[in-house]
Amino acid sequence: MSELVLDRIKTEKAEKGRSLWQDAWSRLTKNKAAMLGFGILSLFVLLAIFAPWIAPYSYETQDLVMGPTAPSASHWFGTDTLGRDMYTRVLYGARISLMVGFIATFVSLVVGVIWGTVAGFIGGRVDSVMMRIVDIMYSIPFILLVILLMVMFNSSNNTVNLLLLFFSIGAVEWLTMARIVRGQVLNIRKMEFIEACYSMGLSNSAIIFRHLIPNVLGPIIVYATLTVPTVMLLEAFLSFLGLGVQPPMSSWGILISNGVENMEEYPWLLLFPGLTFSATLFSLNFLGDGLRDALDPKASKD
Amino acid sequence: MLVVKDLRTYFYTRAGVYRAVDGVSFHVNRGETLGIVGESGSGKSVSQYSLLRLIPSPPGKIVSGTAMVDGVDLLNCPLSELQKIRGKKISMIFQDPMTCLNPYMTIGDQLMEPLFIHDNMGKEDARKKAIIALEEVGIQSAETRLKSYPHELSGGMRHRVMIAMALITEPELLIADEPTTALDVTVQAQILDLIKALQKKKNTAVIFITHDLGVIAGVADRVMVMYAGNVVETAPTAKLFANPSHPYTRALLGSIPSMHERGQRLRTIHGMPPDLSKEIVGCAFAPRCPDNKEKGSCGTTKPELVAINSDHYVANCVGCVANKLQPLKNKGESNFSKISEVTL
Repeated sequence: MSELVLDRIKTEKAEKGRSLWQDAWSRLTKNKAAMLGFGILSLFVLLAIFAPWIAPYSYETQDLVMGPTAPSASHWFGTDTLGRDMYTRVLYGARISLMVGFIATFVSLVVGVIWGTVAGFIGGRVDSVMMRIVDIMYSIPFILLVILLMVMFNSSNNTVNLLLLFFSIGAVEWLTMARIVRGQVLNIRKMEFIEACYSMGLSNSAIIFRHLIPNVLGPIIVYATLTVPTVMLLEAFLSFLGLGVQPPMSSWGILISNGVENMEEYPWLLLFPGLTFSATLFSLNFLGDGLRDALDPKASKD
Repeated sequence: MLVVKDLRTYFYTRAGVYRAVDGVSFHVNRGETLGIVGESGSGKSVSQYSLLRLIPSPPGKIVSGTAMVDGVDLLNCPLSELQKIRGKKISMIFQDPMTCLNPYMTIGDQLMEPLFIHDNMGKEDARKKAIIALEEVGIQSAETRLKSYPHELSGGMRHRVMIAMALITEPELLIADEPTTALDVTVQAQILDLIKALQKKKNTAVIFITHDLGVIAGVADRVMVMYAGNVVETAPTAKLFANPSHPYTRALLGSIPSMHERGQRLRTIHGMPPDLSKEIVGCAFAPRCPDNKEKGSCGTTKPELVAINSDHYVANCVGCVANKLQPLKNKGESNFSKISEVTL
């Protein structure tokens, strides 16, 4: 899923400023930590996509007689209290968690960047009104907001529920993004090269997409990589409340919270989902750092 | 080619209405260089930015005026039409080379941008033209330089890139806003030569804003002196330097340090430019005018520009200029300039 999102961002800008992306890519490939993160993420994404074909067992078949067993050759990650194969469940959990993480972040990214850019670029009264709306939304407890959205549009259809989950989380997470972007845009808008752009006859949209957004990309990407784990944890919390993913479907968040309950007797229930989750977060952070450096032409040492 | 009439640009701030440009009229001919001089805040930059409507609005507003270029009024035409003129017919060179290039784009991409917008050029053609443009401004190995980012270039080189960018669409009018202020003297001379050479080649009209009278003397065909948002004097360069007719122009020229007067204090113009947010009665220069001993206001209406010969105009201040001009009015224009040289 990560490539999908990245590709989408890339193709959006590709025809407008390809050289920036080409340069960024060549710089990114030289950053070992970022490439390691990228590799691990890609692996997880591939595993998640092909989970139904890779998984050795079904994620919902219970074996109450067997119960929880420690990791072995037949059950790599052991089995949970209901005798379900943990490896399979982690694989399926990856689908939900990664999807929530990336799609909800993408939603918040799009809304936040557009909102923040427009507010910062137009300025004046429009800016005041737009940012007061953000302030008002900030003052509403965000868990409450998500729960409200989820309850209001709740339906019996599982896919619809999942989509709703993405959008309600995204709808809450864009606020900080909008603030960050607006602050950056306000800074850059005052710089002389924007005026030079006007004097060359560029239209507002060309200035925003070709000149403003690439200049604020660094902080946006760093913040986006920080949003992904937040969103994954939020999903776990909502699922715990019964508003997110319904059992027997699993996500990393659910697996971890189950694991915590049985931590003392069956530590592998926490260990494996915990490890994969941490590995994902580390990879995201490395990749985010790498991307920020790669996208800043001034940071290159070559 | 450009005729500006009665341009007024006001800034509506909390402290009041700031009349940055208050009724300025001028023209520029094809291939000519018009130099605009004046102190900081005299409205020289604002008047030129107004032409392309680059004044931040709010608080700025162009209150009145017309600026005709080939039958199009820059100040009142629709924005879409103006965007076709900006960067194509009229280009600008900015003061600070450090901040007027986008740090996130290669200079090649920035150079080609106006070509894509205005000339609908293909990528390969645009690249070729960008290389030629860079070579024209004297940048070595232009082809590899296209891939550089602004921070990889020195200040002088960035300035050249900027000039190349402004000239790449072969504009008919180039507005240079203090293009040499941020540069050291050697680079300054190079840049000036460069602008002159390119101007000759393409018969471009240039408006040159500066407060460096030395630069003006070397570059401009005609000079316009501005003070407190108004034109006080305009004349061909040689005539203005030989026969400055407004006390402000004289004071300005008098403050150029001379090599022959070692060990003396530098001459300055006493006082500060007037507060433009307050209504100015009569001549704006009156409180600082060396000819005005009482330091009171000079006249009750704004002095208008009058011709003292065919191409030399001066603000007709009642206190100083007018008195000396009056007796000459009846005589022929030929000895007019001769006498005014003696009396003024």
